[in-house]
Amino acid sequence: MGKYSIEQLEIIANNIREDIISMLVEAGSGHSAGPLGLADIFTALYFDILNHDPKNPDWDERDILLLSNGHCVPVRYAAMAEAGYFKREELMTLRKFGSRLQGHPERLRLPGLENTSGPLGCGLSQAAGMALGLRLDKQNKRRIYVVLGDGEIDEGNIWEAAMLIPKYKLNSITAILDRNNIQIDGPTEEVMPLEELKHKWEAFNWHVIEIDGNNIEDIIDGLTMAQAIVEKPVIIIAHTIPGKGVDFMEKDFHWHGVPPNPEQAKLALKELRTLGGRIKSEHQ
Amino acid sequence: MNISESLNNDLFLVDLLKPLNYEPIRAGFGKGLLKAGYLNLNVVAACADLTESTQMHLFKEQFPDRFFEIGVAEQNLVTVGSGLAAVNKIPFVSSYAAFSPGRNWEQIRTTICLNDRPVKIVGSHAGVSVGPDGATHQMLEDIALMRVLPNMKVFAPADSIEAEKITLAMVLDNKPNYLRLAREKTPIITTEKTPFRIGQGYVLSKGSDISIFATGTMTAQALLASELLYKKGIDAEVVHLPTIKPLDQQTILESVKKTKIGLTVEEAQVNGGFGSAVAEVIAENYPVKLKRLGIYDRFGESGSPDQLIKFFQLDSQGIYEQVINFLGQHKHK
Repeated sequence: MGKYSIEQLEIIANNIREDIISMLVEAGSGHSAGPLGLADIFTALYFDILNHDPKNPDWDERDILLLSNGHCVPVRYAAMAEAGYFKREELMTLRKFGSRLQGHPERLRLPGLENTSGPLGCGLSQAAGMALGLRLDKQNKRRIYVVLGDGEIDEGNIWEAAMLIPKYKLNSITAILDRNNIQIDGPTEEVMPLEELKHKWEAFNWHVIEIDGNNIEDIIDGLTMAQAIVEKPVIIIAHTIPGKGVDFMEKDFHWHGVPPNPEQAKLALKELRTLGGRIKSEHQ
Repeated sequence: MNISESLNNDLFLVDLLKPLNYEPIRAGFGKGLLKAGYLNLNVVAACADLTESTQMHLFKEQFPDRFFEIGVAEQNLVTVGSGLAAVNKIPFVSSYAAFSPGRNWEQIRTTICLNDRPVKIVGSHAGVSVGPDGATHQMLEDIALMRVLPNMKVFAPADSIEAEKITLAMVLDNKPNYLRLAREKTPIITTEKTPFRIGQGYVLSKGSDISIFATGTMTAQALLASELLYKKGIDAEVVHLPTIKPLDQQTILESVKKTKIGLTVEEAQVNGGFGSAVAEVIAENYPVKLKRLGIYDRFGESGSPDQLIKFFQLDSQGIYEQVINFLGQHKHK
């Protein structure tokens, strides 16, 4: 266990959700559901799992976190601000002219980003290239995490990489698949059925771990177990609730690509703050 | 009068009046990559199931740990390249140009150009001279596709010797690069001593009646055409532009200021391709009459390389005839 307790991590995740809502309403555009659903996973990564240094983003022994589904970047920005990569005030510049926080992440704009993404399906391939290169340099301790969306794996590029990574036994890679069952046009199983998802990845020679992606303890257990599995690359299928934490957004695909309006944001923040209060009062 | 008298001595070109040697341009890439492998331990290579065709086998045999077989997966090929470059490798990724950059342009745009990773994309078998494989495999649109990408540099060597030099220059250029290669044997017109610098155009033979701008496989044909033109008393200046982007504006403009009329030759779509690139420079800076030779808004087809090059009038005779026609229309001598 890292330096934060589960209770502390839950509070951090809630802060991140509040920031996501505030950023999105200020930006006036952007994706709501995915980032909210991923808040617990990003909390676990940035505050427990990743070997990183917010004050030295280019530290050459850091673990690498690739966000393949770039549209979910608000959760990454919020987690990075919370971790101390930059000041929280900057979050309010999201998607605005001149901002380092581009609508989809651009590596060259903001230290700490590892890739430029948005067009889907590239993260696993980039991870493969990085792992091949690091192996040549005998940098065996650095781990590579790739966050994928479930709609994203409609892309053929994903399956090209899914074949390559086991071929070269690039077992320092851990993929985290955000299984929230929605994409822009509707439920994933209607747009393009993905099941049997677990069996598909197993057939491609990956070790599959399934977790509750909104339960921080479960997330940390899964990511820790992934580190212990050395014979295969690991994909964690993280079952998440899109829009998690905001009642009227949860499980509704219409929230995939839109921000809340100011009134909805007020409601959302009220709900998140009350929840935050409950967590605080229960554990303090 | 013959062409030897007008050749630029500073460039150490071969004697065009003696029988020429031939070698596929891609062979020069293979040799250059092997050399690069010895010179720089960070050079790595990846291929999409065409290792010998793209001449990467030399590197693979010598440096098996630094070679990655990606399989028939061109999107993965370049995106893995992006990842390799992210950890300080200098990746050369190769396939046929029809597939890379033909199939994976968006991955190149986002993960290599916008992400500014120094991946070296090598597109072999470009142009109609691929021959019997037909239109699917005769990549004609790659120059247009690659030169519009910010951060990308585009190279089309004239022969195998220059291809080797460009390959080595690409290793030192910390930017995304595209190298266009051809399948068939091409006359060797340069020598080991011939200079190559990124972004530099070269006046191969000096003249005052017309500027012929050529790139890739067409440079040798343009030079041979200029010999035929000599015999007709037409003093053509042949400018070789192995770097299509960034284009050497100064050399182009100096030439047309002298000749007042220009012509481009490429084994590619002229729309958006090399001819368009030269036309942009001339139209914006010093408008003169300009004719673009190449492929005009159509695909190739099966045939022998010689047949196809003749059909599209891209051999020295075809270029010669088109120059005569063009001058006849626009310049009264």
